[in-house]
Amino acid sequence: MSSIGTGYDLSASTFSPDGRVFQVEYAMKAVENSSTAIAVRCKDGVVFGVEKLVLSKLYEEGSNKRIFNVDKHVGMAVAGLLADARSLSEVAREEASNFRSNYGYQVPLKHLADRVAMYVHAYTLYSAVRPFGCSFILGSYDVDDGPQLYMVDPSGIAYGYWGCAIGKAKQAAKTEIEKLSMKDMTCREVVKEVAKIIYIVHDEVKDKAFELDLSWVGEVTNGRHELVPKDVREEAEKYAKDSLEEEDDSDEDNM
Amino acid sequence: MAVTFDGGVIIGSDSRATRGGEEVSSKTINKLVQVHQRIFCCMAGSLADAQAVLKTASFQLNLHSVQMEAPPRVIAAASLLRKLCYHNKDELQAGFITAGWDPQKGPQVYVVSLGGMLISQPFTIAGSGSTYIYGYTDAKYRPHMTREEGLQFVTNALALAMGRDNVSGGVAHLVVITEEGAEHVVIPGNKLPKFHDE
Repeated sequence: MSSIGTGYDLSASTFSPDGRVFQVEYAMKAVENSSTAIAVRCKDGVVFGVEKLVLSKLYEEGSNKRIFNVDKHVGMAVAGLLADARSLSEVAREEASNFRSNYGYQVPLKHLADRVAMYVHAYTLYSAVRPFGCSFILGSYDVDDGPQLYMVDPSGIAYGYWGCAIGKAKQAAKTEIEKLSMKDMTCREVVKEVAKIIYIVHDEVKDKAFELDLSWVGEVTNGRHELVPKDVREEAEKYAKDSLEEEDDSDEDNM
Repeated sequence: MAVTFDGGVIIGSDSRATRGGEEVSSKTINKLVQVHQRIFCCMAGSLADAQAVLKTASFQLNLHSVQMEAPPRVIAAASLLRKLCYHNKDELQAGFITAGWDPQKGPQVYVVSLGGMLISQPFTIAGSGSTYIYGYTDAKYRPHMTREEGLQFVTNALALAMGRDNVSGGVAHLVVITEEGAEHVVIPGNKLPKFHDE
């Protein structure tokens, strides 16, 4: 899958003969090196789940968060270079805040996603700067548009989704997400499934310790994006661990 | 003035413009400006300033509406006016009543004052003639009026104000805004309801 761009990959302002901008593709590779983040849009909200790899025992618990609050009603989960993602979260926050100040109501997610995507895209046009090395998922809930989910990648495209995954295990995660009938599920049901999917796609061999970050926004939180409360988290993690054990047991039986 | 009723809003004004309180420079101006299909604004203060601000805000509202791919919300129109009035308060003398209907919140009335305050009210009155009808409107307003009751309320209020205030008069312009659209009603001076002493 990987192809070397030799000569046409030195800057984002150059096309290759077969019409690709290699710098943007390399930026997407940076995202694929990062651990997985997923989000699922359900009947009454959006749930985010991030597999946060713990690289050192010395890290304070809960540090290096990968889920951000962009506005009261909008959450953002990221994968890729965390520093790039943090600066983009500030951009998103300013956009949302300016919209609210100018027009008097909360920014609709489609518009916010398009604005931030335009910003990301601008960095793919010039040789003086490099593209952002992160993808991020934006999710929101408001009474007028209901739950909304958008994903922006380093090329500057924003698509709307019912469920999406970014990071190293995105293919495996997408397969699991496709099995869910999320349009008929509530946030409480989906949060358990999201935890289960993160546990499923987590590679025990290559990456050891990880923290599961879960957040949601929907009717259940009255339209505010928040980290999932402790009791719901624990229930979701228990469900995830139990489901994995069941699968392990059933594998043994087949043998 | 503007008032909400069950299913819509009615915005109304007189049609007199004066120069220095001495000469009636126009008997028939329309102070009700349409900024979008279901959003109207009423100007107050210096009409020159108000027109300039409204033109800018209308343009911004239209652009916003195209970007959102949806009809603009009434609060958006009012917020744009507020921003202009507040940030240019040293140069401007303009206030507005914004009234309209949108699918999210239904009928709404907003007042943007001279300095840039923005509040929402079920009904509001403004202008020099308004001082004479505070008592009438406070006594007669009821929430959830029907369209006919609303029309009667506004017509009577305007007639009473125009009857007592020397710089208000001419015809009564009313616009009824509902989900279906905006309907303009004009009542000539001699067809307005007559009260005591007329």
